[in-house]
Amino acid sequence: MEPVILHSITKTYGKEKKLAVDKVSFAVKQGELFGLIGPDGAGKTSIFRILTTLMLADSGSATVEGFDVVKDFKEIRNCIGYMPGRFSLYQDLTVEENLKFFATVFGSSIRENYSLIHDIYVQIEPFKSRRAGKLSGGMKQKLALCCALIHKPSVLFLDEPTTGVDPVSRKEFWQMLKQLKQQNITIIVSTPYMDEATLCDRIALIQNGSILSVDTPEAIVSSYPDLLYAVKAENYYRLITELGRYPGASAAYAFGEHVHLALKRDKGHLQEAKKEKILSYLAGAGIKDATLKETKPTIEDCFIRLLSRNEYERETRQ
Amino acid sequence: MKSISRQFSNQQFFSFVRKEFYHVMRDRKTLLILFGMPVAQILIFGFALTNEVKNTRIVVSDYANDPASRRITERMAASNYFDIERRLVSHREIESAFKEGTIKLALIFPAQFNESLSHGNSAQIQLITDASDPNTANTLVNYASSIIRDYQAELNMLHSVPYSIIPEVRMLYNPQLKGAHSFVPGVMSLILMLVCVMMTAISIVKEKETGTMEILLVSPFKPMLVIVSKTIPYLILSLINVVSILLLSVFLLDVPVNGSILLLFAESTLYITACLSLGIFISIKTATQQAAMTISLMGMLLPTVMFSGFMFPIENMPVPLQVLSNIVPAKWYYIIVKSIMIKGTGLALLWKETLILMAMAIFLLTISLKSFKTRLE
Repeated sequence: MEPVILHSITKTYGKEKKLAVDKVSFAVKQGELFGLIGPDGAGKTSIFRILTTLMLADSGSATVEGFDVVKDFKEIRNCIGYMPGRFSLYQDLTVEENLKFFATVFGSSIRENYSLIHDIYVQIEPFKSRRAGKLSGGMKQKLALCCALIHKPSVLFLDEPTTGVDPVSRKEFWQMLKQLKQQNITIIVSTPYMDEATLCDRIALIQNGSILSVDTPEAIVSSYPDLLYAVKAENYYRLITELGRYPGASAAYAFGEHVHLALKRDKGHLQEAKKEKILSYLAGAGIKDATLKETKPTIEDCFIRLLSRNEYERETRQ
Repeated sequence: MKSISRQFSNQQFFSFVRKEFYHVMRDRKTLLILFGMPVAQILIFGFALTNEVKNTRIVVSDYANDPASRRITERMAASNYFDIERRLVSHREIESAFKEGTIKLALIFPAQFNESLSHGNSAQIQLITDASDPNTANTLVNYASSIIRDYQAELNMLHSVPYSIIPEVRMLYNPQLKGAHSFVPGVMSLILMLVCVMMTAISIVKEKETGTMEILLVSPFKPMLVIVSKTIPYLILSLINVVSILLLSVFLLDVPVNGSILLLFAESTLYITACLSLGIFISIKTATQQAAMTISLMGMLLPTVMFSGFMFPIENMPVPLQVLSNIVPAKWYYIIVKSIMIKGTGLALLWKETLILMAMAIFLLTISLKSFKTRLE
């Protein structure tokens, strides 16, 4: 049995019944590093809170380690580790005091599971008598991870652990998660950063409370059906509008310094001929300095495609 | 297995209490308020009281002007309580002097004071005070009466037939002198209520606001454990406050503890427990520290000041307010402390108030436990 199973979970907020989670179903496999990827307000935190028994869903059911999130919440609280999105340790307690406190709350001790946190804790150990509130962002995340791990949970929930953390610390953090996976801990992590998706074993793309796709990052990327070009020109704004009007374009959107142009695949044309056609189209529209290269789709491209398809479906349904 | 789980929860408990102590001890400003406020209050109240009876302006209206009246006046002048002005005044003049606030006490010797004392063995003096400030009025009358009694005792030593001078006291504006009791019990009930309710109210809300409650909830802790461990540091701090208030009142203000100190501490613990539970209840019901603070200040301090009987006599209130005053724990604690400290009463006469306080503490603790949410709202 999978350690985490959601079945048609729905959650609304307030009197207006604002939909936050819309019939979400997925399962996480034993020992997996599972990513919940989506922008702010997609419903990631709501799903986490339902799974960590902090909130009740309006409908649907979910189990963690076989325990029901409503009925058996006490059992779940014994066996999971949770790191909320906001830094939630005691700022006026030192690093060591925080760790010790959370160890005892779970009836454990630092010594008992030290091996589990050793690799992470050595990095913050030099500051162990510093108050948690005085740590840097990256340090805080490491301490919070230690505190969530100190009782050796079998499932670890990390809600946006890398938000607001510098790129180097983010990289380190994912390295740590890779190591934890070897301890056979199931990890569910949420993030708004698409580039972190490839670091997960499997991901669920989420937007507006509903799941767009659940698969391995590789499978999601390889299922991308269109041809993708990265186009660059001086006049960025004109480029994006002109590409949007290009016949056969399924999408044209800003992607870093480039504009990504997605073209429906057809067998007729050769790649080179296609490129020429686009460039001459742009030159005809007055953009003469455009450069163009074919590019591999990323998770973000897939997300954007799924998103527009989802919106399209929603509109046609209405 | 059971003993293991008990040991586990004991460890959890101590760890919680230790954490709470860290929070309290590391918050210097709060700590200063915690210990500074009772001392400041006692000193303010104490010195407001002692200052006023020194060098008070009084008027002596001596219609007798005989040896006895002059002797008493001299004694009054010799004490450093009064500044004496000898002047014949009418009652109307006295009244207007009181209204202007130029004098606090008027002493009136009737004509033939000495004669009626030496022939009739009994004489009267009229003391008129401004009892709009009952504490001062009471103190002034006490001082004046004791000076007169001293003189009387001196006379009686010389003569075999006892003389008696009867001071006829008139308390203007507030004849019953209600509320003129010692302020120490009042300050105690006020301070403990303030410290306990406000501090604990903030403590749980703080965990909600900073998000630590989110992690605590996702752990196998018991609500009872959180509640009890939150109260313990404040219970201890409040008891230290009781000690410091009592020390100040006994050694600085000469307000003795006439009854059992042990009983006083036991009752204080009971009252503190009730206040702490109230604080926890507020803190469970509110979402922000701001709200918790406002509710404990407006919702608790005001009724405590109004209905404890310390500032305003409950007997003079309209009946609905008198009934309402019964639900204020401070009222019962104030009665208890007053009785123990001033009258020296024992538990035999205070069991009713003690039971009420106990019932309040148990009730508040129970509803706090019941309303503790095991999930986020």
